[in-house]
Amino acid sequence: MMIDECGTERQSVLRSSIINSQFINHQFNMLGILTTLMFVAPEWVRRWTKEPRGNAFWAEFVLWPLIQILLVLFIVLTIVAYLVYLERKVSAFIQARLGPMRVGPWGLLQPAADGLKLLLKEDIIPLKADKAVFQIAPIISVVSALVVLAVIPWGAAWATIANINIGLLFVLAVSSVGVLGLVLAGWSSNSKYSLLGALRSSAQMVSYEIGMGLSIIGALMFARTLSMSGIIDAQQADGVWYVFFQPIGFLVYMVSALGETNRAPFDLPEAESELVAGYHTEYSGFRWALFFMAEYTGMIVTSAIAVTLFLGGWQFPGLNLITNKTVFAFVSIGVFAAKILVLIYLYMWFRWTWPRYRYDQLMDLGWKWMIPAGLANIVLTGIWYVLALPKSQGGLWGFMALKGDRLVPTKWGIAYFVATGFAVTIPIIWIVLASINRRSRDFNLHAQRQLQIKLRAERLQRHSEPAGESAS
Amino acid sequence: MNVAPNNQIPNSQGLVKGMHEQEVEIAPGTLFDAEEMVINMGPQHPSTHGVLRVILKLDGETVRDLDCDIGYLHRGVEKIAEHDTYAMITPYWDRLDYVAAVSNDLCYVGGVEKLLGVEVPRRAEYLRVILTELQRIASHLLWLGTHAIDIGAVTVLLYAFREREEILKIFEDFIGARLTAHAFRIGGLWWDAYPEFDKRVRDFLKILPGRIDEYETLLNANRIWLSRTVGIGILPADEAINLSLTGPVLRGSGVNYDLRKAQPYSAYPEFDFEIPLGENGDTYDRYLVRMAEIRQSIRIIEQALDGLPEGPVMAKVPKVIKPPVGEVYFSIEAPKGEIGVYLVSDGTTKPYRMRIRPPAFINLQSLRRLSIGHLVADVVALIGTIDIVLGEVDR
Repeated sequence: MMIDECGTERQSVLRSSIINSQFINHQFNMLGILTTLMFVAPEWVRRWTKEPRGNAFWAEFVLWPLIQILLVLFIVLTIVAYLVYLERKVSAFIQARLGPMRVGPWGLLQPAADGLKLLLKEDIIPLKADKAVFQIAPIISVVSALVVLAVIPWGAAWATIANINIGLLFVLAVSSVGVLGLVLAGWSSNSKYSLLGALRSSAQMVSYEIGMGLSIIGALMFARTLSMSGIIDAQQADGVWYVFFQPIGFLVYMVSALGETNRAPFDLPEAESELVAGYHTEYSGFRWALFFMAEYTGMIVTSAIAVTLFLGGWQFPGLNLITNKTVFAFVSIGVFAAKILVLIYLYMWFRWTWPRYRYDQLMDLGWKWMIPAGLANIVLTGIWYVLALPKSQGGLWGFMALKGDRLVPTKWGIAYFVATGFAVTIPIIWIVLASINRRSRDFNLHAQRQLQIKLRAERLQRHSEPAGESAS
Repeated sequence: MNVAPNNQIPNSQGLVKGMHEQEVEIAPGTLFDAEEMVINMGPQHPSTHGVLRVILKLDGETVRDLDCDIGYLHRGVEKIAEHDTYAMITPYWDRLDYVAAVSNDLCYVGGVEKLLGVEVPRRAEYLRVILTELQRIASHLLWLGTHAIDIGAVTVLLYAFREREEILKIFEDFIGARLTAHAFRIGGLWWDAYPEFDKRVRDFLKILPGRIDEYETLLNANRIWLSRTVGIGILPADEAINLSLTGPVLRGSGVNYDLRKAQPYSAYPEFDFEIPLGENGDTYDRYLVRMAEIRQSIRIIEQALDGLPEGPVMAKVPKVIKPPVGEVYFSIEAPKGEIGVYLVSDGTTKPYRMRIRPPAFINLQSLRRLSIGHLVADVVALIGTIDIVLGEVDR
C-alpha cells in the first residue's frame, strides 16, 4: 500500500494483481466446495436415514427438488425483474407519464438491459469498509428472501417445493433473518448515512414483525394448522376466505407487511430525501441489485402469505369444475399469481400516492396501533370462536359442526363470523385504539391541527432545553 | 405559540460556530461512544436544493445544533456588476434565483428605471405584471413539487412540473428562453406580446385551478402529510420579524407584509387581490399560504389580461444609459420574498456599486431556529418550506 499526497491509499499494480488472482482462486474454491456439498450432502442424508441406495432416492430427494428449485428461482427472479418494470410503468401512469418506452416494444426489454448494466458495473468496495461483512451482507439479505419461496404453495398438488407442517413458522423465522443483512450492510459500509439507515431499518423491521406475527394468529385459529397448503385446504373446507372472518387481521397484516418490506409510506431506511439511499448507499453494481432483488422478492413473499392466509390461496369460485388434474394445477398457479399481482399493485399504488412517515411516527403506528389492534383481534376472535363452538363443547350458539375430524362453521356460522368480523370488531377496535392514542379520537381537521401543534410545541420545548440538563 | 424563546435554544458551546466559521469536533471515541453525532448533509445531497451544506449535530435522530455552510455557488455577481454597463447586468440577475428569473429582472430593471426617472408605458407594466405573476406560479409549483418529494410524495412533483411546463412554453414563445428568461429591458419590454399570447395564458389559467385542486386532494387532508407538516418549525410572528424574513415564510406566521400592497410598484395598485396569511406559522401554514398565493396570482393575471391597454411597450430610453449621480433602493415581492437592489451611480455607464438584497439568503438563517429539537426528517422538510435557491443565496 502506498499513500499519495491526497491521503488516499493506493495499491501498487503488482500487489493488486496478486490480490485479484487470490480473489479469483478463492471464488473458484468456493464454487468447488459448493458443488461438492451439493452432491455429497444427499449421500450423507441417505446414510443417516438408512434409505436403500438406488435411483428412487436420488429422484425423490435430489433431482426433483433441484428441478423445482431451479424452476421457481428462474421464474421468480424473472418476475422480480419484470416487477421493477411494472413498478416503473405503474408509477408512470399514476404520474401522467409513459415510463420506459425505448428498449424493446413498450420498453419490455428494459429489465434485461438493467440486469446487464448492473452485472457489468464495477463492484466498488469502500476502502474503509469491513470487506468480508460488506460482501456477505447482500447475500444474506437475498438468500433469506429466496429461501422462503420453498414453502409457498404456488398451486395445487406438485407446485410446492417443500410442503412442511410448520410452513408459516418457517416463513416468519427465515424472513426475519433478512434484517441481519441490512444491519450488516449499514454497519460494514462505515458511512453515517448507511448506519442511520440500518438503525432505522432494524428497529422498523423488528417492531413490524411483531404486528405481523400477531395479525396472522386470528386466521390460524380458524385454520388450526401451520402448514401453508393446510391453511388453504381449511379455507376450502370452511367455504370462505379468511379475509371475511378476519378483516382486522388482514388490515394489520397488510400494513405490517408494508413496514416489513420497507415499502412506502414506510420506506424510511432508504428515504432518499434524508439518507441519500440508506443502508445501501455505498453499494454498487450487482451487490446493490441483490438488495433490490431482496426487496421485490420480499414483496412477493409477503403478498403470497397474505394470499395463502386471507385470500384462499389458489382457490377461486368455480375452479373445481376443472376435472383434468394437470390443467387444474396450472390454472391454480395462475390464480395464485393473479392474487399476488393484485396485492403487489396495491403496494405500488400506495408508494406513488402517499408521503413518507417520519421515524417516530412510524414507531407510533407500529407499537400504538398495529400491535394493540393485533392483540385485540386475537382476543375478540377467541371469544367469538368459543361462543360459536358446538353446544356439546360448551359453545353458546352452536354455529360450528364437527365434519370428519375438524370443526367447520355452518351456514349460520359463516354469517355470524363475517358479521362479527366486520360489524362488531371494527367499531370496538376503533374505540380501543382511540383510548390508546388520543389523537385518533378526533377526526375534526381543525381541532386535530390545534392539538398536534400543542403536542409538537411541548415536545419542542422538551428537546430545546440546554444539552447539559436533558442529558440526565 | 408556546415554543421555546430564543434564550432557551442551546448555545453551541464553541462546537459549531456561525456561518463560515464552523469548527465541528467529533467527541473522542468511536461513533457509538459519542453521545452526539455530527453529520454532513450536503453539498451533494438529494434534498438540500442545490449545493447547501448543512452540518447537523444529532442526538439519535434529534437535531441538537445545525450550521449552514454556503458559498459553493458564489459567482461574485455584485462585483461583476461594477465592470458592466447597466444593460449588460440584467442577464446576471436571471441567474440569481434561477427558478424565478423574470421576478429578478423586474427588480433590477425597476431599480435602474427609478435611478433614471423613466416612466414605463402602461402596456409594458401590465405585461410585466402578467409575466411576473406567471413566474410566481411557476416558482411556487416547483417549490410544491420539491417540498412534496422531500416529504416523500413523489407524484406531486410530476403533477406540478406538468403545469410549470405550460408556463415555460408561454415564456419560450414570448421571451425566447425558458429558465433564465431575460424578460425585461430598461424602459419596458423588448418585444410586444405575440398574437396568441392572450389566448395561451387564458387557456392555461382555465385549467390551473382544477389542477391545484388535484394537488390539494393529494396533500391537504392526507394524514401523513398533516403529521409531517403540522406543528413542524413553528415560527411566531415577532420572531419572524426579528429574523427579517419576508415572503411566504413571513406571511405563514401571520404578518401581513407583501410589497405588492405595502409599497406598490409597477401596475399592482390597479388590481384587486388579497394577501393570504397563515395562523400558526408552521410548515403546513406556509404550504397553505403558497397554494393560496397561486390562486391570487391567477386573479391578478386575469384582471391584467382583461384590462391590457394598447400602446408602446418601450419608453424612450437613451441608447447609452448614463444615470445621474445618486443612489437608489428598489425592491419587489419575488416568489421567495423581498428581493431588492441598491444601486449607486457615479454618473458613468457602469454602476459604482450594486448590492442585492436576496430573500432566500436572509430566510435561510431561520433554518437553525426552526430545526433545533426536531428530527432529521424534519430538517429536510424545513429546508423545503423556507424555499431557498442556492443561486440566490450564494450570488
